[in-house]
This record gives sequence, C-alpha cells and structure tokens, in this order.
Amino acid sequence: MNENLALIYQSLPYLLKGCAITIGLVGGALGLGFIIGIPMSVGQVYGNKYLSALISLYVWFFRGLPVLVLLFLFYFGLFSFLGLNLPAFTAAILVLGLRSAAYQSQIFRGSIQSLGEGQMLAARSLGMKKSEAILYIILPQALRISIPGWSNEYAILLKDSAITYAIGVMEILTRANFIATRTYKPMPMFLTCAVIFIILTYGGVKILDLLENKVSIPGYGERRSEF
Amino acid sequence: MQKDKNLVLRVEDIHKKYGKEEILKGISFEIEKGQTKVIIGPSGSGKSTLLRCINQLTILDKGKIWLENEEVTQTKKNINRFRQKMGMVFQDFNLFDHLTALKNVEIGLVRVKKIDKKEAKEKAIEELRQVGLEKQADLYPAQLSGGQKQRVSIARALAMDPKVMLFDEPTSALDPELIGEVLEVIKKLALSGMTMVVVTHEMGFARSVANEIIFMEGGRIIDQGIPYKLFTDPDHERTRQFLCKITELYGKSEEEK
Repeated sequence: MNENLALIYQSLPYLLKGCAITIGLVGGALGLGFIIGIPMSVGQVYGNKYLSALISLYVWFFRGLPVLVLLFLFYFGLFSFLGLNLPAFTAAILVLGLRSAAYQSQIFRGSIQSLGEGQMLAARSLGMKKSEAILYIILPQALRISIPGWSNEYAILLKDSAITYAIGVMEILTRANFIATRTYKPMPMFLTCAVIFIILTYGGVKILDLLENKVSIPGYGERRSEF
Repeated sequence: MQKDKNLVLRVEDIHKKYGKEEILKGISFEIEKGQTKVIIGPSGSGKSTLLRCINQLTILDKGKIWLENEEVTQTKKNINRFRQKMGMVFQDFNLFDHLTALKNVEIGLVRVKKIDKKEAKEKAIEELRQVGLEKQADLYPAQLSGGQKQRVSIARALAMDPKVMLFDEPTSALDPELIGEVLEVIKKLALSGMTMVVVTHEMGFARSVANEIIFMEGGRIIDQGIPYKLFTDPDHERTRQFLCKITELYGKSEEEK
C-alpha cells in the first residue's frame, strides 16, 4: 500500500502538468466555442433563412459525429490534407472548440428564444438598431439564462477532453496511462486520474454556480422554487 | 403634405395583410399637435397592428405615414430616427427585465441618443419623478407592481422626447386596482399637451381625454368623431351596439355615475 502511495506522490508533479494541459485545452475549447457559438445563435434566430440553414448544417455535422471520429477526421485527415502541421494540443482545441460551438449555440439559441418577442419590440421602438438591441437587451438576458446549460457543457467537455489521449495530447489520462504501463500499477494511477477529474468538474461547476448567483436579476428567476 | 404646421401625424390609406387575411383595409387619419385620439373596437379589428404600422414595427403593404413634414414610410434606412420620435407603450409593458427602473429609462438616452451618462441619469430621474416613481428607481421590473411597470415604460418612452405617443391597450394587463394610477399618468400627459394615439377599452377614460374617438372594426374605420357625438348619437348602428356593450362591461364614465 505504501508503495502505491509513494508512486502516486512521485507521479503527482508529472500528472499535475497534465492537469494544466487539460485546463488549457478545456478553457481554449470552451472559449472558442463561446466566441463562435454566440454569433451562431444570433444568426440562427435573427438571420435570414440561408444563414439559418447554414448554421443548422454546421450544428448537424458536429453533433452528428462521435468526438473521436471528429478528432481523427480533422487531425489525421483535414489538417494533414491542408498541409497544416498542427501540434496535437492545438488541433484538439480546434476540434473540441468547433464541436462545443455547435452545442453552445443551441444553449444560447434556447435562451434567446425564451425571452419573448416583447424585449426586441420595445428596444426597436426606442429607435435601437437590431444589432444594438441584441447587444444591449437580448444577450445580457440570454447569457444569464444560459449559465446552467453552459455549466453542463463545461462538465461534458472536461470529460470529453480525455479522449484527446488518442491523438497524443499530453493531458491527465495520457500521463496516467504512461506511468501505469511502465510501472504495471494501473489502479493507483487511474484512481488519481479520476480524482483529479472529479475535482476539476466540481470546482468548475461551483465557480459557475457562484457566477449564476452573482449576476442573477433581483426578484427574478429565484434559484429554488418553493413549490 | 400640406403645410399645416400643427399636423403631427398623418396616416394615409394603410393596408396590411397577414397571409391571406387582410388586417387593415385602408386606414386614414391625422392628428394635430396636442390632440389625443382614442381608438376603440372589438378584438381582432386591427387596432394594435395599426399602432405597430405607424412606427414600422410592422411593415405595411400599402399606404403612407407622415410624421410632421417627413414621410416615414419612404425612408427605410432612417426608420430608427423616426422611432425615437414616436414613443410606444405596450400592453404587457416589455420593460427590460435585466435593468433597474432607472436604467430602463436611461438606456435609450445613452445608447440611442448617445447623451452623456450623467446627463442621461438626471433626465431619467426626472422622467421617473413625472410618473411618481423616483423612489423605485433602483428596483428591477420583477420587484414592481404591474401599474408601476407600466408607469416606468411610459417614462422610458417619454425620455426620448417623442413627438407623439402610441399607447397599445396600456391598462389591459393590469389588475383593476392598478388601472387608475396608469390612467392618471396618461391623463396628465394629455393635459400637458402631448400628442397621443391611445388604443383602449376604458370608455370613461376615452370620454374624458379624447379629442376624437375612432371606432374600428374588421380593419376599417367605421365611425369617428368627438366623444359626446359617438356616445350619444353615432352615425352607425354598429358603433352604438359596441359602445353599449362595452359601457355595460367597463362601467360608465365619471359624469354619468
């Protein structure tokens, strides 16, 4: 037993470096997904039918394929075909980010559509341009409503990030597996790996919970129903 | 347009179809400065659509609208400039739920009129004072009563210094107890010389405030005239029927009580 603890202790710095890579990967992919997902959701709700159809096609593609297939398709397929010699880490951020954009856009779209037409009408009646109304009236409200769904997306993406092991990103699982195969001690290594993931999931969701409370509108959308 | 300087709004032969159904079948009227026109009529007669056509929230199929000496319907590009000059109050308030009462009134000044923040705040507070809500400035819409919400939405529209105010059934979503406070504000506004178009079912209010009442049904103006004439001796039998029914329902005007 002591032997196992000693191994965990010794490998911890190595695993924590992997933890930093996972955080970078998830942060990058969520960020990319956010930056692309917001305009996509706006385009789908307020754009013309061609733009809307194009976005639906994008969402259909990225939601329709397993993440591992996407990774292989892009990393070994498209990126090589284009002659882009991307590091596995960058490729993983791109693929997970583009995929997350598809999911995030649907979270935001749902929130925007839940607002009701009146908000846009009132903004336009004051003489705001459509873009101003979206920026100052629609999005501030839609983003607040999106936090619970977004928190879900974080938890899923974090765990999906382990699959980048398959293209050799040096994240937590890759490192745990590396030590496990060299020391023939899979149990302590994968347990440590699991604990790190659980802490990351819990911590991130907790932070988003705090954010949700902080930006909640007084008198509106109380977190707990009395019924 | 004729050179009548007092004419604020002129609506000329407006048509609007939704699918195959024609909602507006040629509506024309005009309003002089300081006048209040009240539009009444059964549900589905096109009253709300008419108001939305005036500030182009609904694009009309045919017809012209003039605000003072400019044609609103001609210049699609500048529609935002015209909308600033036409304050709109909605049946269900449509306050911006994420903003305090003060910010609701302020946002048009800051974002549309690009007035500097300090000045905008002062003006917004003044507008809230006009509707008796300066103490509620920091409350969010969800913390206000229906009547208070509607008064904030009136203040929000007034802050833009509109040439004309459009009210779309401003009291229809309110508890009976709260209707009075909103009507009071609108009445005060009428007395202060604001030009207004009001769609309402409040007949007592219509009689005491309107310079002219327009009775609409089926997308047409059936009857129009000064309140006294419409209530006592309308040109059309249909107008009399409608007024009888609605007066029964909503009570008689103050003078008759």
